[in-house]
Amino acid sequence: MSPSALDTRASYLAQTHRKRLYSGVMLVLLVAMLCSGFITADERNAGGFWNGLPHVLDFPAEVLGEAAQKITLLPAHLVAFFPSLVETLNIAAAATLAGAIAAVFLALLSTRGLARWPRMIPVFRRISDIMRAIPEIVIALVLIFILGGGPVPAMIAIAFHTVGALGKLFSEVTENADLRPVEGLASVGAGWMQRMWLGVIPQVSPNFISYALLRFEINIRASAILGFVGAGGIGYDLRNAISWGQGKYDEAAAIFILLFLAIVAVDQLSGLLRNTLVGDTK
Amino acid sequence: MTTATLKSGAVRQVNGKKTLSFALLSAVLTYFVYIFFTFDIGGLGQRASLENARTLVADSYSYKTHITKSNRGAGTLTAAIEGEKKGRYPEGSYPEWVESDGTDAFVTLRDNSVVELSGKVVYYDVPDYGPIIVTTRNSGIDLELPTAEIPDFISASRNRVAITVPGGRINVTKAKTEIFRYFTGWEMFFFTLDSPFYGKSPAQLAYLASSAPRIDPNRSNLALMWDGFWNNAMWRHSDVAWAIFETILMAFLGTIGAALIALPLAFLSAQNFTKNMVARFSMRRIFDFLRGVDGLIWTIILSRAFGPGPLTGALAILLTDTGTFGKMFSETLENVDDKQIEGIRSTGAIPIQRYRFGVIPQITPVFISQVLYNLESNTRSATIIGAIVGGGIGLLLTQAIITGKDWEEVTYYIVLIVLMVMMMDTISGWLRGKLIGNKDS
Repeated sequence: MSPSALDTRASYLAQTHRKRLYSGVMLVLLVAMLCSGFITADERNAGGFWNGLPHVLDFPAEVLGEAAQKITLLPAHLVAFFPSLVETLNIAAAATLAGAIAAVFLALLSTRGLARWPRMIPVFRRISDIMRAIPEIVIALVLIFILGGGPVPAMIAIAFHTVGALGKLFSEVTENADLRPVEGLASVGAGWMQRMWLGVIPQVSPNFISYALLRFEINIRASAILGFVGAGGIGYDLRNAISWGQGKYDEAAAIFILLFLAIVAVDQLSGLLRNTLVGDTK
Repeated sequence: MTTATLKSGAVRQVNGKKTLSFALLSAVLTYFVYIFFTFDIGGLGQRASLENARTLVADSYSYKTHITKSNRGAGTLTAAIEGEKKGRYPEGSYPEWVESDGTDAFVTLRDNSVVELSGKVVYYDVPDYGPIIVTTRNSGIDLELPTAEIPDFISASRNRVAITVPGGRINVTKAKTEIFRYFTGWEMFFFTLDSPFYGKSPAQLAYLASSAPRIDPNRSNLALMWDGFWNNAMWRHSDVAWAIFETILMAFLGTIGAALIALPLAFLSAQNFTKNMVARFSMRRIFDFLRGVDGLIWTIILSRAFGPGPLTGALAILLTDTGTFGKMFSETLENVDDKQIEGIRSTGAIPIQRYRFGVIPQITPVFISQVLYNLESNTRSATIIGAIVGGGIGLLLTQAIITGKDWEEVTYYIVLIVLMVMMMDTISGWLRGKLIGNKDS
């Protein structure tokens, strides 16, 4: 072997060693942070981790026990809470739909080459960032104070966040869109709306729909959680069922079942739909 | 094929697409109409409380100072910002727009009109209207007006008189007389009334911090200033900082913990690494179960066992995300390139070495980018979960909203939450760029 090859080899090995050392140090650091984080969180928690661990299954056992005792009531509960589930799903669906429509405009307006007002691109990007950064619960709680409880505050809150979240994903898609159809349409004198509707939307709609479906799955969960803090739907019923305790756990079990089934069913359905839309890529 | 058949085919296709898009559009419209009626959006106008909205907006950027005079006993006069104990002026001292001897007073409102409190009599010459005299007696409250009719801005009964003018508000009951004057800004954001730094201008503060003699002989002025700010009883900056830290901690522990647990389990559920059908199938169902049982339900179950606090929130995020990561990682693992593993195998590597050098380098980019993405989105979830389990900034936010009056604090928290999420977004984007070297964020 020539000396230069040896040098290369040695320096390659040294580099690899250095890289590995860095990775190792990073990993150790991460684990240390994780451990100290858990200890801090444990100290700040009302009940300790090790005290609570044996009791993790107490609550599910209690719920299951009560549900098993009143198993005959379960079908009736399932029927009784079905409208709440529909409300939760409706909140998610309406919010996703409205949010997605607004997100399409936001994405087109913040994409180079497609924007109606190119100078406003940074402004629309900022708007999208801010809308994405606001957790649903913030808007929901404020709106509940103004509008009163019910599905509308939750719907607006989720839609608001959806605009930001989908706006970003959509703009990633539109950035890769082929500009030739748009130019072709421009050459025959099409207006901005026509260029977008006929030139861009047909190219990107499978991806858009796929992302919107994914958002829908996320939004169902969000809608259930918001119900729990005061907006309508099945989350609200769940809070009543578990917080008034004493003899209502059979209702809680029914709600758990409904929520679980709804989430799994929507996940599966949207997974299937997404696969047919964009192929087996993800 | 002739041009005619081609054309008719194309026309048919275009027409079909047209019909389809119209059908879709009308379906969406129909759905919105349905939502309009089921959610009773038409009736929203009656249910909405404009009063609440006005308080919220006004309170988020302004505050009021209460001047309260007791109509019983000695009739002492007190001043307090927002009427709160924490904002009370020391006995006998008043803001500069109040001139008082301890019981009687002249109070200047924002439009420079003056309210005179003397004994149990309130005298106020309303600009563009005329003098009003309100007298509190044991039998009730007497109101003397210059006009025969009671104007809109006064609501009066035997037990209560309320006067709302542009400069402020006056409330008289048998028990007490209250005058509210509104100011723009967030009151006592930096220092409370008992701090020696209250009401000082930035220049004065800079002077005090740098070269003025020590106010407290034991500490430098800067330390005293920091103490006054950090332990501000009204805004509780230190508690808020802790809460933000707790929220980020929940997200960090949940996400990283889930990733570390999910990685080895993902090997068990990937087809090309685990030939055992039963193990693979059961692992997948576990992931599906973890994901399907929503974060909300995990939160409820865990908070019963561990009580309120950040640990519960972290564990709830950890459980849900283990499912998400498990599914994602196992899909990534199934798509790894076999050639690299074969190459490593050809050198006589044992399985663990094959995983380390053949598989891990392939999945690291996906792994890191997914983890970082979830870290950012979990910061938002941690805010929400915190509201349920009682930890972090979510708890402070719900508490402030429930009281329904501290909207300036709510605004403060919202600004902090948005900044926190954007900061996490920036950090995770930066880390992603550093670690896997593409800047698609």
